Amino acid sequence: MSTPPISLQLALQRAEFNLAITITVPARGVTVLFGPSGSGKTTVLRCVAGLERASGQILIGDEVWQDDQRQIFVPTWQRELGFVFQEASLFEHLDVRRNLEFGLNRLRIERQAARVALDHAIDLLGIGSLLDRSTVNLSGGEKQRVAIARALVTKPRILLLDEPLASLDIARRKEIMPWLERLHRELQIPVIYVTHSLDELARLADHVVMLDQGRVSASGKLQDICTHPIMTMAAGDEAGVVIESTIQRIDREFHLAEVSFGNGTLWVRDAGVPAGAPIRVRILARDVSLATSAQGSSTIQNVISGVIESITNEAHASQALVSVRCGEAMLLSRVTHRALAMLQLHTGSPVWCQVKSAALID
Amino acid sequence: MSLSADSGQAILLTLQLATITTLILLLLATPLAWWLVRTSSRWRGVIIALITLPLVLPPTVLGFYILLSLGPDGWIGNLTQSLGIGLLSFSFTGLVIGSVIFSLPFAVYPILYAFEMLGRRPLEVAATLRANPLDAFFSVALPLAKPGLLTAAVLTFAHTVGEFGVVLMIGGDIPGETRVVATQIFGYVEAMEYEAAHRLAALMVAFSFVMLIALTRLRKRAGAALP
Repeated sequence: MSTPPISLQLALQRAEFNLAITITVPARGVTVLFGPSGSGKTTVLRCVAGLERASGQILIGDEVWQDDQRQIFVPTWQRELGFVFQEASLFEHLDVRRNLEFGLNRLRIERQAARVALDHAIDLLGIGSLLDRSTVNLSGGEKQRVAIARALVTKPRILLLDEPLASLDIARRKEIMPWLERLHRELQIPVIYVTHSLDELARLADHVVMLDQGRVSASGKLQDICTHPIMTMAAGDEAGVVIESTIQRIDREFHLAEVSFGNGTLWVRDAGVPAGAPIRVRILARDVSLATSAQGSSTIQNVISGVIESITNEAHASQALVSVRCGEAMLLSRVTHRALAMLQLHTGSPVWCQVKSAALID
Repeated sequence: MSLSADSGQAILLTLQLATITTLILLLLATPLAWWLVRTSSRWRGVIIALITLPLVLPPTVLGFYILLSLGPDGWIGNLTQSLGIGLLSFSFTGLVIGSVIFSLPFAVYPILYAFEMLGRRPLEVAATLRANPLDAFFSVALPLAKPGLLTAAVLTFAHTVGEFGVVLMIGGDIPGETRVVATQIFGYVEAMEYEAAHRLAALMVAFSFVMLIALTRLRKRAGAALP
């Protein structure tokens, strides 16, 4: 990859918290800034956009947006970025079309190129039928789709999303999620996505930066972060892994899809995704049991062999979280220390992972 | 209902005065309100107090000091004399200056309130869509503050039409130059011409009523929830 990455070095002192981070974001894919509220993730995003000013340096590929040592601070309106705010922020005095054209009219590009950019964004977010509507009558989900399209129309170098689903109810989130997943697959530009939702993280992240009280507590690829102790602690009951894979075949009779995983396969519910399509599967630690042999007769059909890589203590003294390496992939399993002792399982023990439930999420 | 020539002249002059005052105040109050909303200057409180002063002072006090400053020994008077304009006291221009000061809070407050309600978010959005600050002001802040601007215009206009004390102090009630409806009515009453006073006064009541109804309608159309 020749494109240089995005490099952020920010320091900010506030009454509530101190921000001091150094982050490198890959030039492609979705990087999720993940952390509890007050961890500084929104502040980081606003600093990248120039809406707030911390001291430090912001490099976007070969462009310098801020460098205190060289006394450079590019104002927001001169930064080629797309920004989507937490709550719907469409201009109420303009209809949908004029909202979309707002940024476009301020670019110095040919009419034809502008047309193409507009059509592409409209198509990407599926908002063609909304163009002549007033922004007031749109649902929350529609508003956010228009807001995302409006940001993309300007052909930004980077897309910044600040908890775009946080102000929506569950039904609206479900409505907008497929569009976000489509963006994730099709966008060629880097995306920084701020959220505290594990579901959004599992569906959209390629890379994760975990923030806690203004510091980076962990960062890395999604698969690696999932099994990171800081993430499993933060996720609590929702701790688990996300597997990127492809569908091998569809079993029409039982409405299941077979997904290659580790050194075996997993059966998941058929969600209408065709064979060969890339998918994500999320497997929670609480849904994985461990056995010392591949038991024949059980209702649990997904059984995968692996080797215990590590055992960590959980919040409650009775519980342990076991990381199991299954070929290339990892699984997490939440079991009791009592069970581990009775089965004499240690680091390095070969085990069979019984997966009670694996959810196809993409 | 027929009006005398005197009344007609007074009405025309009043409308002229109110229109000019409103236009000047919109141009003056909009940037002033914008600055007040966004500044963190320690002078903010002082400036707001100064703007509010005409609201609490008796019009005669205000008119008295404006008259003094417009006069031969006042600072505005000195300025206009050195510029070769002469003195503005007892002139239409002087009346405009007085009206602008007198109605300043009626113009600034609705606009200030509208800008405050707007918050920073629409301007941040505009900035992320490549609009420079001036562009964002004209393409986002002003259109969204339209109900506030409308209220400011209507209140200023109506307030100027209704002013009496200031006009009497600095205008001197000269027919065709500074005699407005309010002073004309006063003149009729002093001369015991109750019939003529009645006609003009009733017209004022009707006018004010219609203005306020129009304001509600306009604001509703401009998207404001409350009048």
